[in-house]
Amino acid sequence: MSRSAPIAVVVTAVEHVAQDIKRFSMQRADGQSLPHFSPGSHVTVEMPVPGGHKRNPYSLMGPLDDPHTYQISVLRVLQSRGGSQFMHDAVNVGDQLQISEPFNLFQPESIARRHILIAGGIGITPFMAMTQRFAAATIRFELHYAVRSRSRAAYADVLSAQIGSHVHFYCDDEGDVLDVRKILSGQPLGTHLYVCGPEGMIDAVLNAAREEGWPEEYLHCERFTAAPSGEPFDVRLVRSNLTVHVPANQTVLEAVEQAGVDAPCLCRGGACGQCETAIISHDGALIHNDHYLSDDDKASGEKIMICVSRLAAGTLTLDL
Amino acid sequence: MVLAFKRETFRDDYTFRNSPEAVRRFPFPFDADTYMYSVNIEPHVAGRKGSVFEHPIDIDEHYVSEMRDRALVLKNDPLRCQTLPHMDLAGWDLVELLMVSMSEAYPEHFLLERNGNDWHWVNRPLGIDDRFTFGVTSTLPYGPMEYITRQCQGDFCLLDQRDGNLWVDAGMVTTQADWSMDFDLGMNFFEWHAPVPLAHEKGVFERALKFLMQLRQGHPVRRFNWTMSSTPRLDTSPENYHKWGYERALITPENVSERLHLRVELQALWRLPRSNAVVFSIRCYLASMNDIVSVPKWGRRLHRVLRDVHPALAEYKGLTRYRQTAVDFLSKYDDGQETSPGIWPD
Ligand code: FES
Repeated sequence: MSRSAPIAVVVTAVEHVAQDIKRFSMQRADGQSLPHFSPGSHVTVEMPVPGGHKRNPYSLMGPLDDPHTYQISVLRVLQSRGGSQFMHDAVNVGDQLQISEPFNLFQPESIARRHILIAGGIGITPFMAMTQRFAAATIRFELHYAVRSRSRAAYADVLSAQIGSHVHFYCDDEGDVLDVRKILSGQPLGTHLYVCGPEGMIDAVLNAAREEGWPEEYLHCERFTAAPSGEPFDVRLVRSNLTVHVPANQTVLEAVEQAGVDAPCLCRGGACGQCETAIISHDGALIHNDHYLSDDDKASGEKIMICVSRLAAGTLTLDL
Repeated sequence: MVLAFKRETFRDDYTFRNSPEAVRRFPFPFDADTYMYSVNIEPHVAGRKGSVFEHPIDIDEHYVSEMRDRALVLKNDPLRCQTLPHMDLAGWDLVELLMVSMSEAYPEHFLLERNGNDWHWVNRPLGIDDRFTFGVTSTLPYGPMEYITRQCQGDFCLLDQRDGNLWVDAGMVTTQADWSMDFDLGMNFFEWHAPVPLAHEKGVFERALKFLMQLRQGHPVRRFNWTMSSTPRLDTSPENYHKWGYERALITPENVSERLHLRVELQALWRLPRSNAVVFSIRCYLASMNDIVSVPKWGRRLHRVLRDVHPALAEYKGLTRYRQTAVDFLSKYDDGQETSPGIWPD
């Protein structure tokens, strides 16, 4: 039950919303309504890229009140495995895509007294649905949104118009610096902190909060780790009795899925822990790219998160 | 299918009876002649026509009387239905799940018309015809969870997912079996409903939690539990033990065939869309020993299971007082023949 049946959707709008960012709207190909979703959910978009299918997770931005439409935003990433470039260059209105059902790995805490949302760049996307829900339900929140430059500030206009009194913008190149300590100071007890954005920013925010004495249960993040590409190698799947080639631009997970093996996974970003797989042997160096395994686990060479991690070269034999 | 709803009681004079058709569709829980505890979770998908698995929410001939019994329990103890304020949206998700499922499966009895958020719900067996605005609690006579679970067989809990765990933050619990703990709002799901007696074995919680965390909407799962009950009382809650506990000692060789019941719980778990909460439903089915032995395979098999059940498990399920009486009765229906695999009657 790890991978549900995909939903066929048609792209109904593609909009250029900021530098290198496009918003895609989609509806079900059969005209039915899409499943409702909770803020913080993502879907996995399957991309028929030449040289191997890719599946990337994207946050659902909304709208929360229209069950016919999903919207996602895609940042063009140059050093990626080609998924975002495919979305930018090859996907047009009228095209069909396959997406997964929504799944939520970044759910706002229902009993929080107050929510502080910190977004960096494209990390704004999960907060689009969250802020809609908070505003509609009069839940207390504030959004801090940092971008490198004004041209990259996707949805700044919408946010200002709809929830302006809750939003603070920071433009790097204009010298506005997001000061985490200032944001955190004086927050009432029961405030939860959420951060989504580039790796370095997430770590900086979380570390600052920890240093201020915030307990782990109040800290939440969603890491948009795009699985890096690498060199091609082979995977031997012992239980399925299959050998699968992993090309440079595919992940192990994508390659085994394409071979028809249903491996458990949720986030596809090395964070949730679902795709942990036992290694039987490997004759090349392991490249661990996840945030899940401990350093000891990584050093042991016994486990791998197949959604993001890979082998430098050779053959990786898995208990799968 | 048009159901003929019975008028019967689950207390005092205990007029509850299964029709022969209800016996044939009873979810007999043993697929072999020995019982081994297992977590046995499987996808909650549509099963055999006419069986309790045919529809995601099963409504049967006892529906109207069970709902009347629930109303009585709530009248005496309104706290059997509780909802923490942050579970309101999950309650609406549950309204949708149950109304859609009931009206699709039993169009003769339930009707749902939706026009955006303007909903029209007709429950013919209970004589309800309501129009309300989906998501607006003030348009219903009760909170959303209480409203719909007063109209649906089975206990229901809504679990909120936070802090890496699941919390029982809303519940309608009027038919819980005696082995479960007090229903306490806000408690950890695994503390409350641990799959005892294995619960404290290492790793069981972690595995169950990991499994539930990956529960996807549209892909519910189910498992069975069973116990026995010395009457067809639905409400054998620990807080009312003084009202029913003594009945266990009243089982005699003369009345065992009628009074003693096999009680099967079909437990299902669903992920809800808008709230990301999880529904835990517990639907109870009862069959008397007479009902059981009317299916020769079940009579033989239940005899063997009860005869050989591990004493610790018998103790845990509260069977000790009447187990021997039950085994003696059932032995008359066990001719030693082999039983066919699976749970279905031959
Ligand atoms: S799928 Fe979440 S860690 Fe790999």
